[in-house]
Amino acid sequence: MSWTVVLVLASGAFALKVFGFVIIGDRKFPPQVEAVIALIPAALLCALIMKDTFTAGHDLQIDARAVGLVVAVFGVWRKVPIWLVIVLACVATGITRAIS
Amino acid sequence: MDAHNEHAHEGVNYDGIVGPAVALGFAVFIFAISFGVLCVNAGGSVPKAMAMSLLVFTGASQFSAVSVIAAGGTAASAVVGALLLGSRNAIYGVAVAPWLPGSVKYRVAAAQFTIDETTGMTLVQNSPERKRRAFWVTAASIYGFWNVGTLIGALVGNSFDTQKYGLDVAFPAAFVAMVAPLLATRKAQLAGIGGAVVCLATTPFLPIGAPIVISAVVALIALVPAQRKSRHS
Repeated sequence: MSWTVVLVLASGAFALKVFGFVIIGDRKFPPQVEAVIALIPAALLCALIMKDTFTAGHDLQIDARAVGLVVAVFGVWRKVPIWLVIVLACVATGITRAIS
Repeated sequence: MDAHNEHAHEGVNYDGIVGPAVALGFAVFIFAISFGVLCVNAGGSVPKAMAMSLLVFTGASQFSAVSVIAAGGTAASAVVGALLLGSRNAIYGVAVAPWLPGSVKYRVAAAQFTIDETTGMTLVQNSPERKRRAFWVTAASIYGFWNVGTLIGALVGNSFDTQKYGLDVAFPAAFVAMVAPLLATRKAQLAGIGGAVVCLATTPFLPIGAPIVISAVVALIALVPAQRKSRHS
């Protein structure tokens, strides 16, 4: 990770915050724009989950990471504390790797 | 993350503000430690991890950027994906701005702290004064926990073999925890499924990282039923 990435990301993230808070402020976004932006996190986070669990480079694959994902989904569904969800998911994947 | 204000209070005080703010801070602390570990393992360093948390200060975007870089994605796709994820902070800014009036300098400073947790905590309060206090108390709690957690994670991160201990799964596990509260509506669930399908379907053909950026297009489904329903509003 380069410093360029860090600094461009920092500037961009700050610009978005200032854009909404200070520039748009009282005027409000058009409701359609607001509705689309509100849905972006759900789409992107689910895409990231797929990438981090089922892909390796350009290949699709099912491996020990899938076990960790199943544990994480179950933990979040059962309202297990977040720290424990992350730890249990990592442990499940680690053990699966060790025995396979 | 949601926060509830169960009791209506007369007058201005910190009841029901500090407790939830610290609880949110602790949840964020765990994400922050994971972030520090994953960031240094993705070719970051302690100063870079700290610059991310001090300056970028929007958790999901930071995780997203590091996740794409760790997978061998381009810098451009890492940045664009992370900024798309951070675009909701602009919406939050519009929502909290009326409760945080002040000079341009004050509002620019407040903007940096306008994220999921501060917005949620501000909007649930029942008076303008409580809203303003909740914003700043939550900002202080989250910013403190987030940066201390990042530092701890970054300092110990190099001593972990992320593959061996399954630490690479901290990425999807953290994303599952972040996305779960968002999937309350039918449309959000469709956006989630759509994003997942688009990512997997395009991974073999697009540069690494690009499927994440492309998956954001699914959010356009917000326009389909909304146009029919919003006639009256």
